[in-house]
This record gives sequence, structure tokens and C-alpha cells, in this order.
Amino acid sequence: MRYKNSFSLVAILATMIISPQVLIAQSSSNNVTLIGALIIIGALILVAAVVTVSENLLQIEAKKHGISGNGRNVSLFPSLSDLSGSKLPSYTQGKGAYVLKKGYEINLTGKPSDEVFKKPVNRYAVRPTNFRGIAPIPKLVISEKDEVLAGDVLFYDKSNENIKYCSPVSGEIVEVRRGAKRAITDVIILADKKQKYRVNKVPDVNKASREGLVDFLLESGLWPLINERPFDVVPDPSKIPSNIFISTFSTAPYAPNADIVIDGNEDAFQKGIDVLAKLTSGDVHLGLDANKNSAPSSSLTDVKNAKTHWFVGKHPSGNVGVQIHHISSIKAGQSVWTLTLQNVISIGRMFLTGKYDVSKIISIGGAIEGKQAHYSTVSGANIGDLLGNSDLDEKRIISGDVLTGRTAGKGEFLDASSDQISVIEEGDFYEMFGWLLPIAPRPSISKTFPNFLYPTLEMEGNTNTHGEKRAFVMTGEYEKVLPMNIYPQHLMKAILAGDFEQIEGLGIYELSEEDIALCEFACTSKMPLQSILREGLDMMREQG
Amino acid sequence: MGLLDYLKKIEPDKKKSPFLHTLFDGFFTFLYTPETVTKSGSHLRDGMDLKRTMIHVVIGLQLCYLFGTYNVGHQHFVAMGEYLGILEGFHLKLAHGLIKMLPLFIIANLVGLGIEFWYAAKRGHAIEEGYLVTGALIPLIMPPDLPIWILVLSIIFAVVICKEAFGGTGMNIWNIALMSRMFVFFAYPTTISGDEVWVSGFEALREGAATSYGYGHSIFNWLFGILDIPQFTAGTVVDGYSGATPLSLAYQGGWEAVTAAYTTTEMWWGMIPGSIGETCKPFIIAGALFLIVTGIASWRIMLSMVVGAATMALLLNAWGATPFMDVPWYYQFYMGSFFFAMAFMATDPVTAASTNTGKIAYGFLIGFIGMIVRVLNPAYPEGWMLAIIFMNTFAALLDRLVIDTHISKRLKSA
Repeated sequence: MRYKNSFSLVAILATMIISPQVLIAQSSSNNVTLIGALIIIGALILVAAVVTVSENLLQIEAKKHGISGNGRNVSLFPSLSDLSGSKLPSYTQGKGAYVLKKGYEINLTGKPSDEVFKKPVNRYAVRPTNFRGIAPIPKLVISEKDEVLAGDVLFYDKSNENIKYCSPVSGEIVEVRRGAKRAITDVIILADKKQKYRVNKVPDVNKASREGLVDFLLESGLWPLINERPFDVVPDPSKIPSNIFISTFSTAPYAPNADIVIDGNEDAFQKGIDVLAKLTSGDVHLGLDANKNSAPSSSLTDVKNAKTHWFVGKHPSGNVGVQIHHISSIKAGQSVWTLTLQNVISIGRMFLTGKYDVSKIISIGGAIEGKQAHYSTVSGANIGDLLGNSDLDEKRIISGDVLTGRTAGKGEFLDASSDQISVIEEGDFYEMFGWLLPIAPRPSISKTFPNFLYPTLEMEGNTNTHGEKRAFVMTGEYEKVLPMNIYPQHLMKAILAGDFEQIEGLGIYELSEEDIALCEFACTSKMPLQSILREGLDMMREQG
Repeated sequence: MGLLDYLKKIEPDKKKSPFLHTLFDGFFTFLYTPETVTKSGSHLRDGMDLKRTMIHVVIGLQLCYLFGTYNVGHQHFVAMGEYLGILEGFHLKLAHGLIKMLPLFIIANLVGLGIEFWYAAKRGHAIEEGYLVTGALIPLIMPPDLPIWILVLSIIFAVVICKEAFGGTGMNIWNIALMSRMFVFFAYPTTISGDEVWVSGFEALREGAATSYGYGHSIFNWLFGILDIPQFTAGTVVDGYSGATPLSLAYQGGWEAVTAAYTTTEMWWGMIPGSIGETCKPFIIAGALFLIVTGIASWRIMLSMVVGAATMALLLNAWGATPFMDVPWYYQFYMGSFFFAMAFMATDPVTAASTNTGKIAYGFLIGFIGMIVRVLNPAYPEGWMLAIIFMNTFAALLDRLVIDTHISKRLKSA
């Protein structure tokens, strides 16, 4: 409605500008050419209108018949890639891919090597604050000094007692750490040398009902491994997800290599997919990486009970939110589930062995000499134990990636959702004319730095803000790094203004912090976009 | 880091003297990027900030400054019929240009920055960089002989009423530099319109009028005397000289009248009277390309503005009711300040449309309307200022259209 009003306003305006001249023109003598020109313009507009309408009809038909999607270009106009021939790697086998042009690869030094090490880690923790959507202080079922098995319940959600959170390892509860307002921040377990598991009686996936599977996931503590969108919360067991999305790769700096993660876990992965396929009313969608020279593991590409989609593009093309947007965007009132590759494997392992085994591969990268590699460990491992005795003065340890992770001390623990530890230099130094003539190369999407001429140049990152916070001035720069059909800047302004209708209309449900993180990185005005977005998401969640 | 330690020692107290602290902070962050580190959200941030953005626009303007300074002097001597060659009397032309240019530049920045600092201190936040560009643009869009007090008034009007009243950098609706010009244009029309104001250094610009040289010229004369090179000597405006700009000639007699006074080469390279920075097209285009390549300014706005202006010029050609309408559409780009407005005025990210689709419509309409004002309106010799201010006003509406379309599409697909 509003759109129509403003459109007519512009139309009136245009008529106001043009009509007096047309009147004058009619009185002038040599107006034949002018009328001719006007007729030509009118004809052009007519042709454009016809083409647009038929284009739209074509798209609607294509959608109805399920031809479009998977990056296929159904349109009257060929896209540029159609004209130049496909540059997709051969292993996509002509299936088509979503080619995402927007984005930015932050090319940092200290990338993890492909070697996998095992580090002795003594202490592990479960952090209730990692899980969004649970009551502020969960109900503990254990107390300090208790012995637990891996998979024993540690606490449950007071707002929904069925959702249980389990111990990743067996051992002794050594500490229940509390933060502000006595909220529990960490439940710390001193691990046994020899791990002992609680063995669950596993239902048969093929025979079990959906309810049976859901009850089992809740009971066995696997439920919190699933994430529900919008809002990124622990799923509500009463809702059936319309689709389940799994991104099998990450494009964030220092992210673990998916091939290493899947190696040796092929059966567990397939089992996990089988389970998930029974839990949704729609499909399980897998986002596959078509950026590399070699094909991903065949257990990913030839997966059963799931649909696969190839993605080509820079970060954030590996973000599940971006992939959802292109595969089947979240509609109003819907909710979908998202899982990480490792969590699917953990679910699969349970159904294969009956054990709650949340061991995972993490990567360590950045300014930590000699430790940049992959490590085999268990969810919630102590960060200090993983990093060992490295020199970490003047460095920031991040649980997660450099764009979305959490600053963590050596005594703290890996977050449930993080598959990596990043270490970068603290940037608390002054730099003379740093805004004008930077001496060290630094990551930037701006072409005022010569970086763009050297795409392979690896740069050292630091935590300096490189400038102070300002009002929004530049426009269009968020759109450059967000491969989604969304107006991020307008959304942010709508959130700041608290305009609910706009917030919803501009598609906030499709976004989560990780998707907007690169926009925050790129922001000239140094706006805290992730926290603004979270504020908006919280507002919308409260509204219901 | 001796300098850094010293600066830290002399830092004024924020509570006791907020203005001094703001002043210090402004210059300190100019010298050093601060040591602030990321607290929440992304740990790593882009090397780009607003200072760097703004300074790149100023860098893009440098060629206009160089040429503008020279051309002010060149036009002065052309009016006297002396040193007609490009390089003849180069030092005199440059000196005269500097004498006219420097006061405009210094005063524009002193007044503007002074207001900015004062407001920043009052609001208790850091000085924002927006005025860096505004202060560099204002001298380039004013006539060289503009009285300083008018300049000061116009800047106070533009910065206080049109910017700070709206909340400072990033909040203004209209382009600040253009608002200051607009102020002069409507409050003191005789100083900025007509044929007489674009050539400087005379008591009045009519035949036989004498030169009016000041202290600046005496200082330079003393210097040139030491170096034993030609000095400024009093003269008069040569017979038959009018100082008319191509646009006013075109309005009177079409393209023939223009080419009778100026060659196309002169017009393209900017050896014509006009505002200080607007005349030399190749240098402005070089600046525009610099801004496009570095991604500071929107190519969408620039391109669509060219298309919009060309479209309207073609329509006017087809209409052909007046001699001005008959000026071939491509020659419209040789006259006036189209390119300067396109490269540096329309692309101001704060006042332009913020969506990519909106930018295209915004640029097109500026080109379209600006050409209408230029050709059809006898009261205004050039249309870009009015067209840009007009479209600044409607930029938010264009965005609203784009966003509402986007939202309704979203709702339909849901």
C-alpha cells in the first residue's frame, strides 16, 4: 500500500516536470522531431514493461515446476557465466552451483596445516551461556565432587525440563563457575584418563517414529547440538522444522578443513543424516564446497537421504545462513534447523554405538608459532591445555573465528559451537598517520589499499579498530560482502529505530550474527553490527 | 616514540577544558591512529575508516586545485589581453591565483572546522571528518573574487543550519558545500551570477576598468623583483572583452555564439571563466576515475547522471525551440560544471540515495533535471546545484520506493 502511494507521488512529480514542456512544445513549430522522440521513448518503456512481465511469469512458472534453484539461471537473459561457459570444477558433474560473487576472503597468516595432533586435555566444561533460548539459570542435577560418565546429564533447562545437557567426558565435577547474578558460566569436569561412557539403548532409525526419535535425542542429550533458526536457539521440541540445513564447509579464516573432519567418520555422518531426515517435514539440505581443486569426500557428495547443493564463493558462502537464503529462504512463521558437520557426526555416532561421543576436530590458527594445525579433542576442552605453553603475551585468544568468536583466556573453555581457536595480535598501539599511509598491509575490502592487486598476499591481523566509531556515512559497502538479497544497512537502521514492520519486512529472520560479521568487519564507520542485529532478533523474539 | 610521549603529556583534561580536549583529540587522531581495540563483535576490523575515505576525495580534488589556481590567473591576464599563451607569465598567473585562492581556502577551513570543533566539544564526542571534504570543495565552487565575509556567512549557514542542526556528519539531508553556494546564490546573487564575477582582479569587469591589486600582489612583486622576472603591472580590461561564460553565450546565441568566443579545446581543457574548480574537464574526469577505482564514490550515480543529462539534451535537441536547445547534446558537456557536480557533488554518500537501484534513479534524475534548469530557465545559468539539492531532498523517497518494493516482493514470495 505504502509502496503504491510513494510511487504515485513520484509519478505526479515527473508529470509536473515534463508536462509544461510538452505544452510549450505543442505551440512551437518544429515539434515533429520532439513528438517522434517521445513516441520512441514510450515504445521503449512499453517493450521494457512487456519484457519484465514475461520475465517474471517465466520465473514463476519455473518455480512451480521446480526447474529453478541450484544456481540455475532461468531467465530471458543469459547470465554472464552462461555466455563464458561454465568454470565450475569438473567434480560438480554439471549439477550447477550457486556462484556467489559477493564476499571477501580475509587472507591471514598462520593458516592451520592439515596435520592432526592429539593433545592431552585435563579439563572440559559445558557452558550454559552457549545455548540461547534456555532459562537464565539451568537446574543442576550434579554437584561438585560428583563422578560422571560421558553422556550423564549435568543440568537441564528450567523452562523445558526435557532438554538435557550432558557431560562430554567422564570424570569428576571439579567446579561450577558462576558469573554475574549467580548465572552458571561453566560446569567443569576433570577428565578420567580412560573414558567411560553411559550406554544408551538406541532406537532403530528405520522403524522409530518421529516422536520416538525426538524423545531419544532429548533424553540422550543430543538435542542441544541442533540449532533452530531464526534466532539461533535450542530448538523447541514441539515444532517440526520445515527443512534442515547443513553447511559442510566453513569459509571463515582458520576454519578446519572439512575433509579432515569427515575422515574416518563417514558412517557416522550418513547415520546422522538418516536420523535428521526423519525429523523434518521437508528435506535435509547439504551445502558443498566447490571452491577447491579436488572434490570433497565422497561421503558428502554421494550422501543418501539429503539434497546436495554446490556453492562457489568467498566468505561468507560457507555460512549456513547464506546457503539457506539461496536454497530455500526462511518464510514467515517457519523454523528450520541447522547443524554443523561435526554435530551431525556426533548424532550419527550415538546411533551407531549408543555412546554420547562429542569428540571433534578443531583447528588452531594465527599468531601462535608452531601450533597451527588440526587437533583431535572433545567439545568443551580447556583452551590453555590445547594451546600448551606458547608465548601469548599481547595476543588475543578467540574461541571461534576472528569475526564471530569470543575472547577467551587460557583458563577458559571452548564453546560448544566453535570448531576452532584463533589467535591474533592485540592492536593496542598508536600508528603514525596509520589512516593515511599504513606501513603494514592490513586486511581491507577497500581498494584504497593496494591489497586487491595481490590476492594471495597473506596479512597479519590485529585487534586494532583502525579508526573510531562514526555515524553511518558510506552506503553500499555491506552489500558488497553479503551475498544475499537483503539491505543490511537499512535493516540496521530499522533496528536502531525500533521499526518492527520494517525489521520484519527487510528479512531479519534470514540473518544471524555470523552472516553480518563480515559487514561489521568492512564497516567504515565501525558500527557494532552484530550486537545491533542481536538486539533486533531479541526484540522480534520477544514480540513472538 | 618521543613525540607520542610528549603529546600524551600535554593532552588537556576533558572535563576542565572540553574544547581544548576536542581540539587536541582532533589533531592527535590526525597524527596517530588511536590504540583502541575491538571489544565486541568482529575481532578484526577493516583498515578503512572515515578519515581515509574523506582524504581520498581530497586527493581526487588536487588536480582541480592546481588547475583552478592557474586558471584564475590566466583569465585575469586574458581579460587584460596580456600573456595569452598557456605558459607565458606562468608565475604571475600562479601568483594571482594563489592570492585569490588561499584566503578562500584558509577562511573556509578555519570557519568550518571551528564550528565543527565547537559542536564536537559541546556534544562531547570526537570531531567527525565530514568537513575535510566540504572545506576542500567550497573554495572550488565559488567565484574567485567572492568577498570573504560572504564566504564566512555562507559557511556558517551551511554548517550550522544544514548540518549541525540535523546532528552532524552523516545526518544532513543536503550537500553542505552546495548549501553554502546556494546561500550565496540566493542571498548575494550579484556576487555569483552574471558575466562579471568569474574573472578576478578588476575593479569591475567592463571595458577599460582598472586592475585592483592588493597587498598580496605587492609581496609577490617584491619577490619577483628580486628574481628579476616580470612583475604585476597595472592594466585595464581590453576592449571588446565581456567575460561571459560559455553558458551565458549559449543562452544568448546558441552554439555559434559560444564557438565565436571560445574553441572547444579551450572549453574542454578549462581555459574559460568559471568557478575555480569546475573548468578543466580532463582533470575532473581523472579525479572521478580515481574515486571510482578506489571505490570511494559510486560509479552508478556518475554513469546514470551522464545518461540522464544526455537524454534530456537529446530531447531538447529534438525540440529545438531556442538556440540553446539546438546546441548539440554532446557539446552540452563541454560547458558549465557538469563533470564537477557529477564527480564530487552528486556522489556525496550521505545525501545521495543509499540503495544501488536508488542511486541509478538518483543520478539519472539529477542529470535530467539539471539539464532542464540549465537550458530552459533564464534565471539560473547552471542547473547542477539546484538539481542536486532537489534530488538530495528526494533521495530518501527513492530509497523508500526501492525498499518498499523489496519488502512487498519478500512478502509475496513468503
